[in-house]
Amino acid sequence: MAEKQQVPIAEGLFTWPSSDPHLIGTREKSTGRITFPPIKRYGEEQEARYEDVELSTRGTLWTWTIQRFLPKSPPYAGPETMETFKPYPVGYVELPGEVKVESRLVECEPEDLKIGMEMELVVTKFKEDDAGNDVMMFAFRPAQ
Amino acid sequence: MDVAIVGIGIHKFGRTEGVSGREQGAFAARQALADAGVEWSDMNFAYGGSAAAGTADSLVNDLGLTGLQFVNVSNGCATGGSALLSAYTAIKSGEFDIGMAVGFDKHPRGSFNPDPEASGLGKWYGDVGMMLTTQFFGMKIQRYMHDFGISRETLAMVAEKAFINGSMNPNAWRQSPVDIDEILNGMMVSDPLTKYMFCSPSEGGVALILARADKAHQYTDRPVYLKAASIRTRHYGSFEVFNPSLAIERAPSPTVFAAKAAFEMAGIGPEDVDVAQLQDTESGAEVMHMAENGFCKDGEQEELIKSGATRIGGKMPVNTDGGCLANGEPIGASGLRQVYENVVQLRGHAGERQVEDAKVAYSHVYGAPGLSACTILVN
Repeated sequence: MAEKQQVPIAEGLFTWPSSDPHLIGTREKSTGRITFPPIKRYGEEQEARYEDVELSTRGTLWTWTIQRFLPKSPPYAGPETMETFKPYPVGYVELPGEVKVESRLVECEPEDLKIGMEMELVVTKFKEDDAGNDVMMFAFRPAQ
Repeated sequence: MDVAIVGIGIHKFGRTEGVSGREQGAFAARQALADAGVEWSDMNFAYGGSAAAGTADSLVNDLGLTGLQFVNVSNGCATGGSALLSAYTAIKSGEFDIGMAVGFDKHPRGSFNPDPEASGLGKWYGDVGMMLTTQFFGMKIQRYMHDFGISRETLAMVAEKAFINGSMNPNAWRQSPVDIDEILNGMMVSDPLTKYMFCSPSEGGVALILARADKAHQYTDRPVYLKAASIRTRHYGSFEVFNPSLAIERAPSPTVFAAKAAFEMAGIGPEDVDVAQLQDTESGAEVMHMAENGFCKDGEQEELIKSGATRIGGKMPVNTDGGCLANGEPIGASGLRQVYENVVQLRGHAGERQVEDAKVAYSHVYGAPGLSACTILVN
């Protein structure tokens, strides 16, 4: 039996495997503008225009909400059923001088959430896939 | 060439079992033709939109195979506004004398389920549960409330007003007022917004007949003139739906630019408007759109709404037909419903929801992934 692995939910979103994972963004060289996830480049002009950068792992909560109902599937691919679903928080975390990243927020309750609070990146288990591997997603939690 | 609206038709919004979206569109189209006293065969052109009820040009099967130029329009929630802008431009150019803008839809119950890859996003974005328009609306108003001191009570008052106005509109889906405590304490969908503060996908149809202004009196003794129609899309840094990241710097919403363009075209300002229909996908949207369209400064909504300014009889009536909150949102028809209501108001035919002495009417529709369409109508 193959050993259980931790596989990222998508390639190229964050450095993985890593003991110190970072989100990966794309920086437009002429303007310094950063976007997440990385921009796919096509052609020499695009290759020359952009470069990938690792983003900061700490920032502040810019806004948030709570997903109170089980989202429709597709597109949602979470493991919950109507019975096991628990509302989850979502927000934008502002990485200073870089970009605001939309993310699930973990290790916190709705009443903990305040705009401006310090947050930090974690890579956490989203669900198990059919092969029994852990599917890993990025998320932010209150800074510890 | 100036442009007039000379005929209007609507099929009741909400749920109409056993009647297709297209049939609702055809119903509205026939009513609009009758209102203008013309035949389908008189139409030089039509622009039509439907997101979930088939292609709009299939209406020719219902209305007649006259060979007219029919163009399908698809622009998210701004589809109706886009059909109208296209029709407006067609007449204004001098190319055509008379034509129709029409929209209809019939959506399944519940929230939309969008495809991330169709929006140019990775599949992971939908997988993890972030591809919900309701989250965007919750997050946008959450930030706005933080920045400008808007309270949840004010959000509830927006919904309360919508249902009151809907109860005076025979074509609205929601026909009964809802108590403000029930709105506040209703099921939370996406904080801070409860289910009563969100509109739902629904059904309905609207058709408008546009004509050269110099010929408008051939069709109606109460022409309403379309003085401006504008559409603008998002700038870098604008906070829009379905964005895995946002720029640090914040740009004004596309609404700000569309509104400015419309007011410039019409040569008037927000202070001249007597009645406004503003996109209210949820309560917070109406609040933010009041400022984005130039009707007040950010934060002033708290006092304006609490004082009743946006109610019928107030100094700035907003969404007099109940808006999206009371009508639901059939995507193809929604923006045209606003203009239908404005024509009814300017003709003085709005009955108990009539805004006294209305002479200038404004409409604004906003759609994903970040575009706004505005119109200004005058008597």
